[in-house]
Amino acid sequence: MRTMMIILAKDLWLRSRDSTLLVYAVVLPLGLAFMFNLVLGGGGGDRLGARYGVADQDRGPAATRFVTGVLRPMAAQGLITLHAVTSREEGRSRTERGELDAVFVIPEGFSAAVGAGRATTLEVVGDVDAPIAVQVAREAAQAYATELRSLRLASPDGTARDLPPAPLTLVDDASAVTRQLDTTTYHAAGMAVFFLFFAVMFGATGILDERSAGTLARLLAAPVSRHAILAGKLLGGVVAAVAGMAILVVASTLLLGARWGDPLGVAALVVAGVLAVTGLTGAVAAFSRTSEEASNRLSGLAMVLGLFGGALFPVAQLGGFAAVASLTPHHWFLRGLADLAGGGSAGEVLVPVAVLLCFAVLGGALATVRIGRLMRV
Amino acid sequence: MAVLEVSGLCKSFGETLAVDGLGFSVGEGETYGLLGPNGAGKTTAISMIAGVLGRDGGEVRVGGQRHHPAGRRTKAMIGYVPQEPALYPDLTGRRNLRFFARLHGLAREEAGRRAAEVLELVGLTGRGDDLVGTYSGGMARRLNIAAGLLNRPRLLILDEPTAGVDPQSRNAIFDAVRRLTADGVAVLYTTHYMEEAERLCDRVGILDGGRMRAEGTRRELVALVGERDQVTLRAEGDLGAAVRALAAIAEAGEVSEREDGVELLVRDARAVLPRILAAVTGTGASVGSVEVREPDLEAVFLHLTGRALRD
Repeated sequence: MRTMMIILAKDLWLRSRDSTLLVYAVVLPLGLAFMFNLVLGGGGGDRLGARYGVADQDRGPAATRFVTGVLRPMAAQGLITLHAVTSREEGRSRTERGELDAVFVIPEGFSAAVGAGRATTLEVVGDVDAPIAVQVAREAAQAYATELRSLRLASPDGTARDLPPAPLTLVDDASAVTRQLDTTTYHAAGMAVFFLFFAVMFGATGILDERSAGTLARLLAAPVSRHAILAGKLLGGVVAAVAGMAILVVASTLLLGARWGDPLGVAALVVAGVLAVTGLTGAVAAFSRTSEEASNRLSGLAMVLGLFGGALFPVAQLGGFAAVASLTPHHWFLRGLADLAGGGSAGEVLVPVAVLLCFAVLGGALATVRIGRLMRV
Repeated sequence: MAVLEVSGLCKSFGETLAVDGLGFSVGEGETYGLLGPNGAGKTTAISMIAGVLGRDGGEVRVGGQRHHPAGRRTKAMIGYVPQEPALYPDLTGRRNLRFFARLHGLAREEAGRRAAEVLELVGLTGRGDDLVGTYSGGMARRLNIAAGLLNRPRLLILDEPTAGVDPQSRNAIFDAVRRLTADGVAVLYTTHYMEEAERLCDRVGILDGGRMRAEGTRRELVALVGERDQVTLRAEGDLGAAVRALAAIAEAGEVSEREDGVELLVRDARAVLPRILAAVTGTGASVGSVEVREPDLEAVFLHLTGRALRD
């Protein structure tokens, strides 16, 4: 432990004199999040090929009007595909499996309630990994609800039989639609986890830098263990990255209005995410001969994982990409944040945190197995 | 007492046998030189001894204890000075030393004190608070040595410490090594400069192709290969008689007459010199000067390997 701390203190001192870390850990992710938010703010536009289900348990005129008047025209334009589902449960199950992006649940008695002027609901169950598709579904349902109110206002006596006389309440499924990050937080979190690789990288490549500078030989000649040297070097990356992420969370909250959720949950995700990326970078470094080779490989890996993991854009919108997203730490980090976005507590990110820690253990184990090669002068 | 004992040390890199059954010992206060050309296996050998590199076979004992690459107790007795300065250019000299001292287990205050002491020892006190990146090559090498002294080692391993340094820094390094050996430190010194080995080392091991070709004091090495000292006498008188008188000396080899004197090859000239002078003056000749030139390690290396040391 003492050796780790001595190496950590030295590395942090050296790093503090180099602005590169600040740029990669804070300035770039914050700046890009700001730019994306500026350019794509408001949801990022329409999406192509959204798969919507309709669980029409009412089959009355108001329900039919929603399907034929709102959804079918969208399908006719190729914006969406429509699928019939028998129940809310089936719809929810299919969204969780990724077969559908959102399901409209029209409850039994919907048309009767609308006709009688009683309050009723139109529920949208959405896939957490398809935020744009879910947002469009919500907008469609909201538009229909607004249309009903407008028609009611246009008929002051409220007696016209074909006009829906009652207010319609749109209900979001709490575990689905609200389990998504708003655009600002999504871009901030996506950029944060994307650049995490670059912030953590110096810890792992630092060992290779020590080798090329000749100082690794001096470290190895000292009465300290190789594992302590490796841990000390990696810990430097962990501490720097966690500090960078903390600054980023606070700065994006204050400057961009990002809503990260429960601080304890965010902290757990940040630490687990940093450890996961540290493990992976350690493994890559252990299979590289030089710092330059490791940096190149890690840059490529950061790009690929960021792309497939949804750090750059919501990959669920691209169908097949979604299947491989769960193989990336980015996906689990963002999913954990999405779990918190709906007001969830730290306990709700246990699964994402556990998966991230698995990445850390796997990468760390690979690095440890290769420690002999990594520590060769 | 031997501070370092090495036996049967082996290391291969793939098909290449870099060190093949190396064995030698270094005593307290002794400077032992590993002499050999580039690629002879010197750095590989001392990297294994320092615990920086794993070995395929053999045994190393430091201070009488078996030494393993992970052995902290024996590593604590070793000061290791790599061939190239192993320092952080973005840290000051003092901060570099404090960092390495802390790795050797010194407490914060003690590390600061020791850093100041070794800076003084290598003559860098005035530059201790400058970044190492601003040092000249010679200064960096002196600081490199200082870093190897932080733990007050019983065994100091120096890997070609004077390569590429100016004469002033080289002399400063030699002086530092002599002071250390005077204090009882055992020094293992690798070099491919024959002059350095002759000037600094009490004993020398000649390494080539990963194998120890011969070892001993300079004189023992020279004697081992049968080389003889060359004695040149500037003399006046009956030089022919002088040549005949010298040829009668049992230890003498070839004796020849020169324009201004005589020359002969003889084993251990220093021991025989009084008899040589007596033989020449006994013929009535007068001797103006005597020059004894002992064969050097270059000649020994050439004799042992069939090629020059710097080939």
